[in-house]
Amino acid sequence: MTTPITSLAAFALFTVLTATVSQGQSLTISNWDGYMAPDAIAKFTAETGNAAELVLHATNEEIMGKLIASGGEGYDVVFVSSPFAEILHNLGLAETLDHAKIPNLANLYPEATKLAHDPGNTFSLPYAWGTTGLCYRSDLMAAAPTSWNDLLSPSAEVTGKTTMLATDRWLLGAAFLANGMSVNDTDEAALAKVRDTLIAAKKTLLAYDDTTFYAKLVSGEAVLTQAWDGWCNYGIGENADIKYVIPSEGSDLWVDTMVIMTGSENKDAAYAFVNYILDAGNHRWAAENILYKVPNKAAMEGLSPDLLAQFTNMAIAPADLLKYEQLRDVGDAQRAYSRVVTEVMASR
Amino acid sequence: MRPGVMPPGRSGLNNAMNSRSSTILIAPALAWLTALMVVPCVLILALAFFRRGIYGGIDYTFTLENLALVFDPLYGSILLNSARIAGIVVVIACTVGYAAAYAIATLPRAWQPILLFFAVLPFWSNYLIRTYAWMVLLNREGLITQLARWMGYKGEMPQLLYTEGAVILGLVYSYLPFVILACYAPLSRLNPEIAEASQDLGASGWTTFRRITLPLTLPGIAVGAVFVFVLSIGNFVTPALLGGGQFQMIGNVVYGQFLTANDWPFGAALSMVLIAVMMVLLLLQTMAVERGTRADG
Repeated sequence: MTTPITSLAAFALFTVLTATVSQGQSLTISNWDGYMAPDAIAKFTAETGNAAELVLHATNEEIMGKLIASGGEGYDVVFVSSPFAEILHNLGLAETLDHAKIPNLANLYPEATKLAHDPGNTFSLPYAWGTTGLCYRSDLMAAAPTSWNDLLSPSAEVTGKTTMLATDRWLLGAAFLANGMSVNDTDEAALAKVRDTLIAAKKTLLAYDDTTFYAKLVSGEAVLTQAWDGWCNYGIGENADIKYVIPSEGSDLWVDTMVIMTGSENKDAAYAFVNYILDAGNHRWAAENILYKVPNKAAMEGLSPDLLAQFTNMAIAPADLLKYEQLRDVGDAQRAYSRVVTEVMASR
Repeated sequence: MRPGVMPPGRSGLNNAMNSRSSTILIAPALAWLTALMVVPCVLILALAFFRRGIYGGIDYTFTLENLALVFDPLYGSILLNSARIAGIVVVIACTVGYAAAYAIATLPRAWQPILLFFAVLPFWSNYLIRTYAWMVLLNREGLITQLARWMGYKGEMPQLLYTEGAVILGLVYSYLPFVILACYAPLSRLNPEIAEASQDLGASGWTTFRRITLPLTLPGIAVGAVFVFVLSIGNFVTPALLGGGQFQMIGNVVYGQFLTANDWPFGAALSMVLIAVMMVLLLLQTMAVERGTRADG
């Protein structure tokens, strides 16, 4: 039975809900959880008067699935890694950027405007960048690792105590680099070689782990792990014996980017948002709190020397970062990559 | 008619109801299943016959490539391996679960609901949390290792977590209550006089169990076994967490095709085959139960 009071309450609720929806101009921003300041949206709204809503994605693949299924509708700004920004560009879903609307672009390092996936930042703006290397317990290893082969064919001391990243591009990347190949190689023979390297390495692993490897290092469950530099910093923060090294064969240069969608119905607000993030103080938040390097000169120059002394990988010069090859979109070869990873995972 | 077990469809309720009220009562469940189960399954079925767009998404041109790829030795071997792991889980869960159900059914009536309550208690917590609990127990610096060290064990502990054994353990643990419940139902309805009659006629306890109790409760075991098999073969959480990503089951491949490779058509083709396997099993189980009922009749 419905009393007048409940129907009144329902009507009030309905009015509030429709009022919120009919504002309409609110921006929708998709990002990884915890990848920007918790108050970023509120501060952005206070400073610019633009309403915005944050939605979360757990992986690049997840947001790409949604964007491709919807033709990019429903999102204004998305945070994705550079190969995925390239895909959005190739599909015509990434807005060609009008630099006049992003004055804070001037804060970026010159190197950040020369990235191979998008020279001149025509469709993507770098948000964070770094390397993929080895994160290890210096107190539990006789000698510091120097090569990808220290991970892929480990000494008896660390066998069964190593982890590798499970995300296909980086998993393959370790084997590509160890074999002296490009991280974007799509040649059939190269993929066969990489597959064999990874199948051999699998027999020596503790686990594949993208998200908790640093905790395994802290507990001592693992001793040597393949790691993104920023994530290794979480381990270093808890145990100073944890160290990060870029192997002698090199690393990939990973870049996470912001992309404005062509389907955005409020492009001026979207520009205002990316410009807000590129502000030195706002962008510095990422470096200070998630311990990722940001390609923002003005932001990085404001970091405390103590932070750089504790997390030494954050002090790498942008010019050194640019020596490494970026992961690129490989188009249809992605299917071959997926198959290699499945073959590795199915091997026993 | 089967002795000892209440025949299905002969309850007091049956007489009180006519077919029209049955239709009304079943309609909501049927509508629910059609909208949220049958329709999505048909959509998945349809997806399997299209091409994947170069960047994911679906290119609506007809193809049989995806179905052909399912029978590629790589995926065939993963499917067989998943079936092997699920089979081991079924054997262990049915042995342990039947024994537990048998023990519960022989206890005084007042105790039985309490023990059944404890058997299903784990379902009150989230599946992920229960799986993580095993990680806390089994990892190399985990509770089991700490306990062993505390008791004076000095050597290197064997690797417990991230092994096939850990995956099997986790699956058995998760699905054991299903077997206990499925086996308890026929066990508790057994007429004790039949076993007494068997013993009066000179059969030993073991013979009575083997020739009387077990055949009469076989339908319960079959239900439990099919449940456990179907849930295990499609599981992707336990292999990912307790297997450290190193033991790929068919569920993980399907998950990967949908959420990582963005190859929905191939993921759909794989899940179609998985659904077909499950439907065949459920059909066989139903037929076995039917035949058991008739043979006794």
